[in-house]
Amino acid sequence: MSEHHHKETFVTKYIFSQDHKMISKQFLVTGMFMGIIAVLMSMLFRLQLAWPDTSFSIVEAFLGSHQTDGIMDPDIYLALVTIHGTIMVFFVLTAGLSGTFSNLLIPLQIGARDMASGFLNMISYWLFFLSSSVMLISLFVEAGPASAGWTVYPPLSALPQAIPGSGMGMTLWLVSMAIFIASSLIGALNYIVTVLNLRTKGMKMTRLPLTIWAFFVTAIIGVVSFPVLLSASLLLIFDRSFGTSFYLSDIFISGEVLHYQGGSPVLFEHLFWFLGHPEVYIVLLPALGITSEIISTNSRKPIFGYRAMIGSILAIAFLSTIVWGHHMFISGMNPFLGSVFTFTTLLIAIPSAVKAFNYVTTLWKGNLQLNPAMLFSIGLVSTFVTGGLTGLVLGDSALDIAIHDTYFVVAHFHLVMGVSAIFGMYAGIYHWFPKMYGKMMNKTLGYWHFWITIICAYGVFWPMHFIGLAGLPRRYYTNTNFPMFNDLADINVVITLFALVGGIGQIFFIANFFISMYRGEKATQNPWKSNTLEWTTPVEHIHGNWPGKLPEVHRWAYDYSKRVDADDDDSDYLHGKDFVLQTTPLLEGEESS
Amino acid sequence: MLALFYIFIGVAIGVSVWQITRIMDFRGSIADDNDNAAQGKYAIGFLAFLYAMMIYCLIFMNVIMLPESASIEGEHDDNLFDITFWLIGIVQFIMQFLIFYFTFKYRGSKDRKAKFYADSHKLEFIWTVTPAVVLVVLIGYGLWQWNNVMDLSDSEDPVIIEVYSQQFNWKARYAGADNTLGTGNVNFIKGMNTMGVDMSDKNAADDKQVTELYLPKGRKVHFRFRSQDVLHSAYMPHFRAQMNCVPGMVTQFGFTPKYTTQEMRDLPEVIEKSIGINKIRRAKGEELYIFDYLLLCNKICGASHYNMQMKITVVEEDEFDEWLSQQPTLSEVIK
Repeated sequence: MSEHHHKETFVTKYIFSQDHKMISKQFLVTGMFMGIIAVLMSMLFRLQLAWPDTSFSIVEAFLGSHQTDGIMDPDIYLALVTIHGTIMVFFVLTAGLSGTFSNLLIPLQIGARDMASGFLNMISYWLFFLSSSVMLISLFVEAGPASAGWTVYPPLSALPQAIPGSGMGMTLWLVSMAIFIASSLIGALNYIVTVLNLRTKGMKMTRLPLTIWAFFVTAIIGVVSFPVLLSASLLLIFDRSFGTSFYLSDIFISGEVLHYQGGSPVLFEHLFWFLGHPEVYIVLLPALGITSEIISTNSRKPIFGYRAMIGSILAIAFLSTIVWGHHMFISGMNPFLGSVFTFTTLLIAIPSAVKAFNYVTTLWKGNLQLNPAMLFSIGLVSTFVTGGLTGLVLGDSALDIAIHDTYFVVAHFHLVMGVSAIFGMYAGIYHWFPKMYGKMMNKTLGYWHFWITIICAYGVFWPMHFIGLAGLPRRYYTNTNFPMFNDLADINVVITLFALVGGIGQIFFIANFFISMYRGEKATQNPWKSNTLEWTTPVEHIHGNWPGKLPEVHRWAYDYSKRVDADDDDSDYLHGKDFVLQTTPLLEGEESS
Repeated sequence: MLALFYIFIGVAIGVSVWQITRIMDFRGSIADDNDNAAQGKYAIGFLAFLYAMMIYCLIFMNVIMLPESASIEGEHDDNLFDITFWLIGIVQFIMQFLIFYFTFKYRGSKDRKAKFYADSHKLEFIWTVTPAVVLVVLIGYGLWQWNNVMDLSDSEDPVIIEVYSQQFNWKARYAGADNTLGTGNVNFIKGMNTMGVDMSDKNAADDKQVTELYLPKGRKVHFRFRSQDVLHSAYMPHFRAQMNCVPGMVTQFGFTPKYTTQEMRDLPEVIEKSIGINKIRRAKGEELYIFDYLLLCNKICGASHYNMQMKITVVEEDEFDEWLSQQPTLSEVIK
């Protein structure tokens, strides 16, 4: 296959490329662009929450007709939180994360020339691009973009009379999501087929790096759950545009009774969360996979409990599909269902705990190379623990009654899936930048970036738990109308300051990323002294990844610091150095792990 | 304030740009021993910051949190919450310590060799079984309490109240002398009949519609929730109560008020919170705050979602009976 040398034009190389490495970069840059927009939105609504009565010329400049004298309107506040959530969850952390790293790493780490179908891979990206464009266009429709929350529960999302954003803005949201789901499914099918069929000689499933396991399982979860969101969206489109009543019944609004009869919003909630909850793991598992790889490499130690890690990925994946009801304890569904979902939900704590403990044990007695990628991975473990633990509170239906939809929830999911997944993404970018662009990123800027980001992440989300415990509901445009929340005003100011500094601090990353792309140090073939196959490819990208024959795999990916005498930590390295490429044959008498 | 804010933002951006241009002059992309040493120290510094913040919030934010449960059913909620919170708090402190202390302790250097340690079934067994055992307790207590709260079948002579939501206000309807609510549907909304009650239903005539909730202390209250337009959620944080209001169906929830509004105002933690709030309000020249129970909307429902509230007053039972008897019945209001 590598013998084919297509004549490449600018268009086939950079735009309609079918090369997985180029497509991964396209996903990354598009995801970053969407991410910047979503972060800017969050900064705008954080301003509103901290200083609800203050006029900001920046608000005036950004929101145009959706503000009065520099103070944003309630409708656009809801629109901002809605679009912030949508973009972050789907466009940044699903497409930006999986799209980038599954594409880059699956062929490179399993020893394949490219994805199973380069053409479908290209289609997947361009559908993502199209859906991003539609989402961005929806920001500019006159009545404002979708504003019923990222969960778009009907009837609010179905009735333009209920909120202006449920007009054209919501239509575009649904169209965008439908295209997005198509993109995501095509991508996921491609990843699954590639992992199953294109592994190079010797690359047994039990020798796959944990990154690939994570991407593989993530793709399966996506294939299982995304189609359900598509159905949910289609039925919502029917209700909105063709007068059906899947989700609507007995509605009196704007002085008239609507014709809808017999539907139920609870149906939508079930369908939505059937994707919505697995989506959390679609976002998180790739980040955990990336972290596993980076922590092991930079600790110069094998990942602790490789098989347990695979087991817990599989357990999390399975459980993730039977816990969606914990978002609906108080939706009016049968309380017995609530009991079942409480049980399954809390079970997830077990595989999650196994993962967290295994990471910490991997650090133990390591020789930690504290590169920016490593720091972000450690940061991920930290925020994953912090955010995961509060899940024990929210997953318990009896406790959820009291704090459902308060800021406690916002703090919980931002830490456990938002910050953690973003940290995983940053870790991946710092680590594989040399593979993507053949250049190294600047470490000093990376350090600044990491410490600013983690301090601000905790500064924003740790105090936020407590305003949730004070009973403050989320999605309130301002809480000044309730004297009982007056004493939260100062905390909101502190949170906003951390959010602003954290947001602005991302300049360190953006600058590092783009400047390094052109002026960075030239990368060597294996800068992190890693074992996996991607570091056996040449620095300059070529079609088909390896010149000549595909590499052959003889061992698992984690033979770091393997010793001559397994019981003596002072003995020499078995292969003379502290890493052993997967392509290195076993020595005579060497035990494989 | 605002000028200060813009100056702050300006300085932040300025410093970032200045630092970036400075830093890009240092080449270097792979951590060496000096970096490992420095970053290891920063990890300890960060751990100190994290601990300080966690402890500060845990101690000093106690005063802003909701006071103890004002419903009898909610007592177990508070209990379960305390158990869970202590547990996760301890795990949190230990885990964060391990993560950042190990980062410092095992920071890389040329002289160090990592331990080749790939597996230990014993350890993995321990940290699979330990969380499992702990979870059995949490799940057990949680499910018991959940059934306790959600089961409305066994209470004797409850007060039955319909809570009715629309964009953007709450109304309530008491079941009246027969303690049975007349049925309702949006098709009956007309004129004074704003809750769409079916007046041909004989149970409806003695129902009483109000815009403020009165609840009797010590008697079980059964709520039936309806919505006429979009999803709302009736959130009564002080009672640890919440239920969605869903158009097209009736949802329910119940609790027994434990303290009257006045008793609640006299609780030390409520007094302390009120003092804090009033310090702020006095500085702004606003009317002083006196504690009241509230019902808030807690499901995004439109532009004025943030201001959809209803006052709840809990009184002794005889006072409640007196108040209720003064309210006009629906048959008197809707002619």
